[in-house]
Amino acid sequence: MDFRFAEEEERFREEVRAFLKKEVTEEFLMGLEDRGELDFSREFTKKLAEKGWLAMAWPKEYGGGGATMMEQLIFNEEIGYFQAPTGAHRQGINLIGPTIIAHGTEEQKRRHLRGITAGEVVWCQGFSEPNAGSDLASLQCRAVEEGDDYLITGQKVWTTNAHRADWCHLLARTDPEAPKHRGISYFLVDMKSPGITVRPLINMVAAHDFNEVFLDNVRVPKENMVGDKNQGWYVSQVTLAGERSQIGLPSSCKRTLEGLVEYVKETKRNGEPLAHNPIVRRKLAEMAVEIEVNRMIAYRVAWMQHKGLIPMVAAPASKLFGSELLQRLTGIGMEIMGLYGQLELGSKWAPLRGAMARMHMYSLGIAIAMGTNEIMRNILAIRGLGLPRA
Amino acid sequence: MNLDFTEEQEMLRTSARDFLTTECPKTLVRELEESEKGYSPELWKKMAELGWMGLVIPDKYDGMGMQFMDLAVLLEEMGRNILPGPFFSTVVLGALPILSAGSEEQKKEILPKIAGGKAILTMALTEPSATYEASGVHTKAVARGNSFILNGTKLFVENAHIADYIICVTRTKDGASPEEGITLFLVDAKSPGIKCAVIPTIALDKQCEVVFENVSVPKKNMLGELDKGWPLVARTLEQATMAKCAEMIGGAQAALDMTVAYAKERVQYGRPIGAFQAIQFYLSDMWMKVTMSKNITYEAVWMVSEGLPCTEKVAIAKGWVNDAYKFVTERGVQVHGAIGTTRDHDMGLYYRRAWAADQTFGNTDFQREVVARQMGL
Repeated sequence: MDFRFAEEEERFREEVRAFLKKEVTEEFLMGLEDRGELDFSREFTKKLAEKGWLAMAWPKEYGGGGATMMEQLIFNEEIGYFQAPTGAHRQGINLIGPTIIAHGTEEQKRRHLRGITAGEVVWCQGFSEPNAGSDLASLQCRAVEEGDDYLITGQKVWTTNAHRADWCHLLARTDPEAPKHRGISYFLVDMKSPGITVRPLINMVAAHDFNEVFLDNVRVPKENMVGDKNQGWYVSQVTLAGERSQIGLPSSCKRTLEGLVEYVKETKRNGEPLAHNPIVRRKLAEMAVEIEVNRMIAYRVAWMQHKGLIPMVAAPASKLFGSELLQRLTGIGMEIMGLYGQLELGSKWAPLRGAMARMHMYSLGIAIAMGTNEIMRNILAIRGLGLPRA
Repeated sequence: MNLDFTEEQEMLRTSARDFLTTECPKTLVRELEESEKGYSPELWKKMAELGWMGLVIPDKYDGMGMQFMDLAVLLEEMGRNILPGPFFSTVVLGALPILSAGSEEQKKEILPKIAGGKAILTMALTEPSATYEASGVHTKAVARGNSFILNGTKLFVENAHIADYIICVTRTKDGASPEEGITLFLVDAKSPGIKCAVIPTIALDKQCEVVFENVSVPKKNMLGELDKGWPLVARTLEQATMAKCAEMIGGAQAALDMTVAYAKERVQYGRPIGAFQAIQFYLSDMWMKVTMSKNITYEAVWMVSEGLPCTEKVAIAKGWVNDAYKFVTERGVQVHGAIGTTRDHDMGLYYRRAWAADQTFGNTDFQREVVARQMGL
């Protein structure tokens, strides 16, 4: 084994770090907060595209950089550490782009990939429905053929960035008679299409990221179907092709922990720095341990992908652990801050800009998004350990 | 970066697993737990023939010249199978510090004996003060002529009752800090004045109380420098801590494997209990802790193997693996139900070892404090 990165990889990390240090400043992040767009910046996404980093691990023939998974890991680790906004490109780069590359027609590739690699087109994902969450294949949104088009009618929910997106990739039922996994098709839908209504769903910190999307006879040309009719479920599985280490969770936690360490060194209670309090020390040390352990399993995921293996079990484990770690860390941060822990953004009294409470309440969603942590545990049990289905 | 083991390491793992499965069944483990010596001289001889004791000893001292990382692979298998006996104390607590700090004469005398399975070693570090910190070392060594005279009581000394040599950590001077004035000696275990008694422990792993009463040790048996022995102890502790973690991840994997197998075969309410989601969630959490333990252990072992600074990483690994091994064996007992709580069931063998290993070379509270200090708190 050798845990060292190669010299050119280290140089690349330095280059990314220098760029992010310059771009992702305190002022920049506060500006996003003021706009209520904590994790969303078209300008920043475009800057990454100009650097050639947005689609760095995509094949060169599709406008990517042909980078290795380890280089992508390094990049994602730094992006996470600087807590930089990725909302404007995450769907396109990680999900829809790889799906079109794997299953799209030449025309679809020509039409859609450049907008993604250039950071110009924002995508949202129309998968979840009111009655299809973890059991996604039971979705009811219908697509009915009419001439050269499909007419799509139904409701999507928890659609992140639907109010900001240009396009949506969505699953709809094209054969209601078939077994549930075999009657679904995969569509690319222009969000400006008539018949689409987007309604905000406001989260616990009063931020607007999620939406309900209502589709009422939305006309989608047949050429916008990806893969064959009724094969949508299998097409959607390619969305697992991107870098899956979730390294951004532990590296973002690392930055947050560093902030907390500074805070407890500078803050006195009863005349003593908080850093001398054994309970505080123990809690923060525990977080340092968990962050490091999480980092290593994320490295393992990237390493497997680097070798061409599919991290069927390690990837869900990393997501599961990282999302729960983020909850624990931010919760511990609030506990340590005591009364100050409840302060919101904007209060002059709020330690660390009031980001701790906000991050904590945001973190709840990460344990649910991208497959709930219960689904992750099911995957570990059934695929990883070979246990019988419940 | 390369996160794979070498082909040689994979071969070492496979052959060690096969050997231990055949030569050290659980019936032998139990027999050795109850025996006075705590090891099997026949098995010890076979291990020597395989070159295990000399694995990390250089060729010129009759060893195989392999690295600490290779040793960790072997230890993982020993932990997986549970191998009672003095391998750990002889190789990790004996050969490694001699390799680090021994004189050429000391190396020539002792290392070939270790490699040949002809000498059993241990280190006497901890005392009734029960800490791995320098402040806990009170056993005195005072110069007299060409010798030093040792007086004091050592506690939790593994296998001292069968050892040929005891590396004794002593205080030769009261310095400005507890780390100053520590000196190590290679003591012939048969020296007059040494009294040794095995103490009953949960893992029946033959830890001893060793009393040194006016024990005379020739000056030439000093290991390393006078008064400046603490860095050698600290280095040995880092190696020993990661060696222990390697054993622990092997044991944790074995406990998980046993539990998964049981969950697939035990039927209640007409189906294997492993089909119930409650059990599946226990098992997936166990899998996660074991897998994460392995990854962090391999990284820290690699750092030790490469001689990189690793105080924080070692403390991170041990703190995590402590909790993981205890968690996995506790859930293991729970999933097995009542049978898992019996003395006869193998899960208990692992459960008892998890708690013994937790304390050895620093429990989680100790390691967290090391991490806190390293973080600048």
